[in-house]
Amino acid sequence: MDVKERVITAQKSTKDYIKEIWEYKELFLILAKRDLLVKYKQTILGIGWSVIRPLITMIVMAFAFGKIGKLDTNTSIPFTLVVAPGVIVWLFFSQSLMALSQSIVLNSNLVTKVYFPRLIIPLSTIFLGLVDVLISIILFFIISIWYQFVPDIKILLVPVFIIMTFLSTFGIGLISAVLNVKFRDIGQLIPFIIQFGYFVSPVGYLTLSVRDTGNPWFYKLFVLNPVTGCIDALRWCMLGDFAAFNWESFIPLVIFLVITFFISIKFFRKHENSFVDHI
Amino acid sequence: MTVLSIENVSKKYQLHQKGNSNDDLRDTLTRWTRNVFKPSTSKNKIEEFWALKNINLEVKQGDRLGLVGANGAGKSTLLKVLSQITEPTNGIVRVKGRMASLLEVGTGFHPELTGRENIFLNGAILGMHKAEILKHFEAIVDFAGIEKFIDTPVKRYSSGMYVRLGFAIAAHLEPEILVVDEVLAVGDADFQKKSIGKMRDVSNSGRTLIFVSHNLTAVQGLCDKGAYLRNGELIKYGKIDTVVNEYVKTVSKFQLKQNWPTAEEGPGNENVRIKSISLLSNDTIVQNSFDTRTPLKMTFEYWNLIENAELNVSLFLYSMTGECVFNIGDDAKFYQKGVVSSECLIPGDFLNDGSYYISIMIVKDRIAPVYFFEDALAFDIIDYREGTDWYGKWPGAVRPKMISINSVQKSLL
Repeated sequence: MDVKERVITAQKSTKDYIKEIWEYKELFLILAKRDLLVKYKQTILGIGWSVIRPLITMIVMAFAFGKIGKLDTNTSIPFTLVVAPGVIVWLFFSQSLMALSQSIVLNSNLVTKVYFPRLIIPLSTIFLGLVDVLISIILFFIISIWYQFVPDIKILLVPVFIIMTFLSTFGIGLISAVLNVKFRDIGQLIPFIIQFGYFVSPVGYLTLSVRDTGNPWFYKLFVLNPVTGCIDALRWCMLGDFAAFNWESFIPLVIFLVITFFISIKFFRKHENSFVDHI
Repeated sequence: MTVLSIENVSKKYQLHQKGNSNDDLRDTLTRWTRNVFKPSTSKNKIEEFWALKNINLEVKQGDRLGLVGANGAGKSTLLKVLSQITEPTNGIVRVKGRMASLLEVGTGFHPELTGRENIFLNGAILGMHKAEILKHFEAIVDFAGIEKFIDTPVKRYSSGMYVRLGFAIAAHLEPEILVVDEVLAVGDADFQKKSIGKMRDVSNSGRTLIFVSHNLTAVQGLCDKGAYLRNGELIKYGKIDTVVNEYVKTVSKFQLKQNWPTAEEGPGNENVRIKSISLLSNDTIVQNSFDTRTPLKMTFEYWNLIENAELNVSLFLYSMTGECVFNIGDDAKFYQKGVVSSECLIPGDFLNDGSYYISIMIVKDRIAPVYFFEDALAFDIIDYREGTDWYGKWPGAVRPKMISINSVQKSLL
């Protein structure tokens, strides 16, 4: 009988680790499906909420920053379209960060009772956010038609920047998820960050406005925010000639993304086997 | 063929004297800063606790291994290590073939999802592939008996339906090695019977079973090999009967004999002093443990220090929970100063399995208690049964064979 032998020890090689995650792809899909199915159970509007949330946010942002903040006076395209990429990134970022940071704790019943590569849990939470992003992008097209705005060929790069947004969220989210197992303070901290976060990210205004404040330090710090990089990039590719590509926020984003991605996975691997002892 | 080999496996837990896993961030930060500033004065001793110590075990294909031991002996930790929920601190476990562990029924059920959706969810969690679940889908629904409610969210299920569905999914796993924890403790008698039957099928088909339960009867009925753990150490490994006997002997607070050489030392008062008390098997073959068939003989002696006293003894038999199973006394007689001896026979096939203790009361003039000798003896009766497939706990305080039920076929249809 040719049966492969499995060895349970305190160490596991990276190759085996990746292979094992691949073997559990079905569980990944089913957990993602579960989150999707459960999210709108016992709601009347169901998936409609995924349309309403970005739509209302865009309108309110455009009203608050555009009309009241008077930022829409010198834009060549409708301000609702200007805020749309910001809202898409921000909602995806905030929702994914929340879900990621709580993922291990919320699935403690699984973590303490069955074995599977723990990385499956945070990975599967992203799926829900991606569905919402897709809906928001469709919404963007509908608004574009409404305003008779035609994006150019750069719009094909949207998936690339969404993936980059995902990867940068994943890094911080994963670290928060691990920390949240031991310190539930993280569960308090994240909603708080999300609450003020969109004021320090160019969701309802443009990065250019920050440069124009006159204080160069504001701008230098502002572009270090990875969300700034994501929103700038998405604005560049979605809004045609409206926004120029901002390398000053894009390079920090790439550096941030690469570093946090590897550090977070390493951090996660180091702690994943002690989750059950702390949860 | 060895399918599972556990080599020198140890598992250490750290018990922080100050600061445990429920720490908040502030505590940890203050501790860090304190350690930075005064590293030498740190008084936070970390206590180590070895939940498992150098366990070595080999399980061959087709073995049905029962793990026994008191609470905290490390059984569940061992299962958790085997099911890869936690890593061993030292040592290696080698597993050949697919292993499924069932530490809980219905792991990961989501209350909002329907029975159908939960079958796929739980199946995937237990490591089944979609094709496998589809293949067994009908059988699972049938085994659980929930055809009508398959598209109802499980939050509307009764607890019985919930547990049945959970077990049905697990029962249709087809792993080479099945690891089962105390899951059978839940559920009604019917469910327990069904699940033990299913586990027997698993082992009969040549697959390997590792089973943990405090229900020794179920362990003995199901397993052929046993491993007895105590304080994280493997005390005994071998045939299930010898292992269970060893366990019962060491665990129960046996007090089968007490005696005092002189009247001054014995418990009692100025009227009576206890001399000795003992409980023996009254069988032709003297065993060192009692099962439900064993007739028992209690012998009791005391010094009577009152001249010409009318005395009788009264025996109280209590179950472990403190209920009095029975109380009997002998006829009052007049005794002179000296030793009085009494004997009591408790027939076999009378008491149920369980732990019992005996107290003795000496009564004067048929009414006044002279001395109450509490907890004089403590003993366990091990279960014995034949002619039944039921391995759950036999209910009742007594299991008398002298009362019998006779049934006949009265008519034919």
